Amino acid sequence: MTPETMTFNDWLPVIFIGIMGLAVLIYAVLDGYDLGVGILLPMQDEDELQRDTMIASIGPFWDANETWLVLAIGILLIAFPAALSQIMLSLYIPVAIMLIGLILRGVAFDFRAKAAVDHKLTWDRVFKGGSLLTTLSQGYMLGQYVMGFESGWQAQMFSLLSALGVTAAYSYIGAAWLVMKTESDLQKRAVQWTRKAGRATLLGVLAVSLINPLVNPGVFDRWFTYPLVMFVLLIPTLTFAGFVVNDRLLKRLPKENDRHCRVPFFLTVGIFLLCFSGLAFSFFPDIIPGELDIWAAASAPESLKFILVGAVIVVPLILAYTAFSYYVFWGKATELKYH
Amino acid sequence: MLDTLMLSRIQFAANSSFHILFPTITIALGWILFYFKLRHDQTDNPVWMRAYRFWVKVFALTFALGVVSGITMSFQFGTNWPGYMETVGNIAGPLLGYEVLTAFFLEATFLGIMLFGINRVPSKVHTFSAFIVAVGTTLSAFWILSLNSWMHTPTGFEMRDGVAHATSWLEVIFNPSFPYRFTHMLIASGLTAAFFVAGLSAYRILKGDHKQAPRLTLKTGLVIAAVLAPIQAYVGDLHGLNTLEHQPQKIAAMEGVWETERGAPLLLFAIPYEEQRTNHFEIAIPKLASLILTHDADGEIVGLNDFDGDHPPVRPIFFGFRLMVGMGLLMIAVAWTGCYFLRRRGELPEWMLKVVVGMTFSGWVATLAGWYVTEIGRQPWLVTGVLSTADAVTPLAAGNVGFSLALYLSIYVILMWAYVHTLRVMARKAVEVEEFETTTPQKEGTITNLPGAAEEGAA
Repeated sequence: MTPETMTFNDWLPVIFIGIMGLAVLIYAVLDGYDLGVGILLPMQDEDELQRDTMIASIGPFWDANETWLVLAIGILLIAFPAALSQIMLSLYIPVAIMLIGLILRGVAFDFRAKAAVDHKLTWDRVFKGGSLLTTLSQGYMLGQYVMGFESGWQAQMFSLLSALGVTAAYSYIGAAWLVMKTESDLQKRAVQWTRKAGRATLLGVLAVSLINPLVNPGVFDRWFTYPLVMFVLLIPTLTFAGFVVNDRLLKRLPKENDRHCRVPFFLTVGIFLLCFSGLAFSFFPDIIPGELDIWAAASAPESLKFILVGAVIVVPLILAYTAFSYYVFWGKATELKYH
Repeated sequence: MLDTLMLSRIQFAANSSFHILFPTITIALGWILFYFKLRHDQTDNPVWMRAYRFWVKVFALTFALGVVSGITMSFQFGTNWPGYMETVGNIAGPLLGYEVLTAFFLEATFLGIMLFGINRVPSKVHTFSAFIVAVGTTLSAFWILSLNSWMHTPTGFEMRDGVAHATSWLEVIFNPSFPYRFTHMLIASGLTAAFFVAGLSAYRILKGDHKQAPRLTLKTGLVIAAVLAPIQAYVGDLHGLNTLEHQPQKIAAMEGVWETERGAPLLLFAIPYEEQRTNHFEIAIPKLASLILTHDADGEIVGLNDFDGDHPPVRPIFFGFRLMVGMGLLMIAVAWTGCYFLRRRGELPEWMLKVVVGMTFSGWVATLAGWYVTEIGRQPWLVTGVLSTADAVTPLAAGNVGFSLALYLSIYVILMWAYVHTLRVMARKAVEVEEFETTTPQKEGTITNLPGAAEEGAA
């Protein structure tokens, strides 16, 4: 199939994988930072005020952030039901564990504020534990996906590595979010967290980038084919540059008048975007690496068209009011009051 | 030993039963909150704002439980019922997709503004956010009930190579049972929220709260219930007639009718025995079932024996239906008695307050009983006449499903305990402290016991 000979019906799966990719990317960035904030929660007695501020910084957003996961799964369900069945069969237990994690952190967020004071610390622990459980299982699933759902020990090791890598990445973006949204002592702490998590993330990204083409011959060929190699190698180069620049900048933060406090977060978003493009480039148009492509997995054109009409109208609207919400809550989280 | 099918059914029933409890409250509570906020904007009476601020916290907690249990639901289709998406995914997918696109993001984003934005947006934008949240919860109910109704009464599609393809989306969305089920569920939500609000308010008054706000919300709850309960009885009757037309086997099970008969009696009580295909211990009113269902005392009702075994299990439907109707009658009695006292004396006597507290979760009982009737009543089909439940289930080993089921069940038990316990803590705390310390709600007025304000509020 070449672009010239493709009919509109052939393009539909491409459009939907695009929307799904967008949803996954937005999810990784948005829920990434709020899961990261949960993972970083300091648990000492004297940290209680900082915990309050950290959780207040994600308060207005976490719910909408998680909705992007529902949208991504929804599109997989709507547009590629065959792929969904296969993925869910392979990842049944990790999915269940991730859901438990999501449930725990979601309710802990509300319970911690409303339960009796003596239970608050317990719910904070639940919040941290739930965030970690969710992140680890998402990373594990990503590893399994890249390894084509194999169950051998190499695949398991790789998936564990990926679980740690995603945990580092979410901590990275979560810490950078805190640098942007907090002040004074907590901000200084967040700067240190960002640096450490950034280095751990770099290691994770390097490991995955090296192992992925080695175990997937198709991926190797795709990346290292002349002349494309000249162009696509920009992705890892820029990613690496992003890490280095961020690290250098963080060394000098916080600056006077809080200059550049937002830069680390947006640099991290850039790194997420690049890593995601790298993964997408490795596998497109396969939806299950090496087994199923998007055309074989797609559902009926009349269903895709029906939902596309809605998506074209509604997705920009969602983006618009999401932007409005971030505009309303712009600024430092210490001013936030859950009314 | 339970097999994968039974375990998956239990898991889905457990997930959806747990999930539906929370939206049933929030769909209507969203509108009640909007009403409180609107009344405050119009009258400038701070009592409305106090009522709003207490209930918005309850709303946030309930909504969070609904969201997290709902995410679990959205994964269940893929994890446990792959046959469902493979066969009717072309129909179910877009309807679920529209729910996410038009409702979920709307609710989640504007709830953030509603909860945290009081100091950051003008009052009008705040009221607008409350309105949008209420619209969002209702839209969500619209899409999911459309899909659920389609599974009961599928229309607007054709089967090609064993896969359903939509031929008319209007017929899919507005399938024959949808208008009835949607209305019935919205009013059920109204009743659930009304008794929930009245019950928790009565609890505060019983614990010695002398403030105006709980009295105002108690009255609001009871009036809503008194108006909605009889309407619900009428809508429920219409829904039953619609079911008789499309799923007569469900009605036969609800009424415990084994042999097709004219002038069927209404069974107030009985114990159906499926093996013997008869009822024991019947207490019946002659001809009433025929009269209600066919509007003719000698009308014919087709019995279960005429469905050749293609009918749902009888006992849970028979008893579930009686539990739901019994709850409904109790609601009418309590709501009207309560309104009578309010009108004559302006307040409820202590025993009546206790009765209202006892009814706090009555909506949950009725709603669950009703859903069990309609969902078990669809068996053995997942989509009536199109896909059987057994054909849709995952090929996974029973052990995996048993593991996840055990996980979910233990979490649900803990969460349910924590939810009810926290509601009690919140209500008791509200007895002691004012919702905000200034007489009129001002920008800087903080609220008690919440993130960012925990310390100020403790005083």
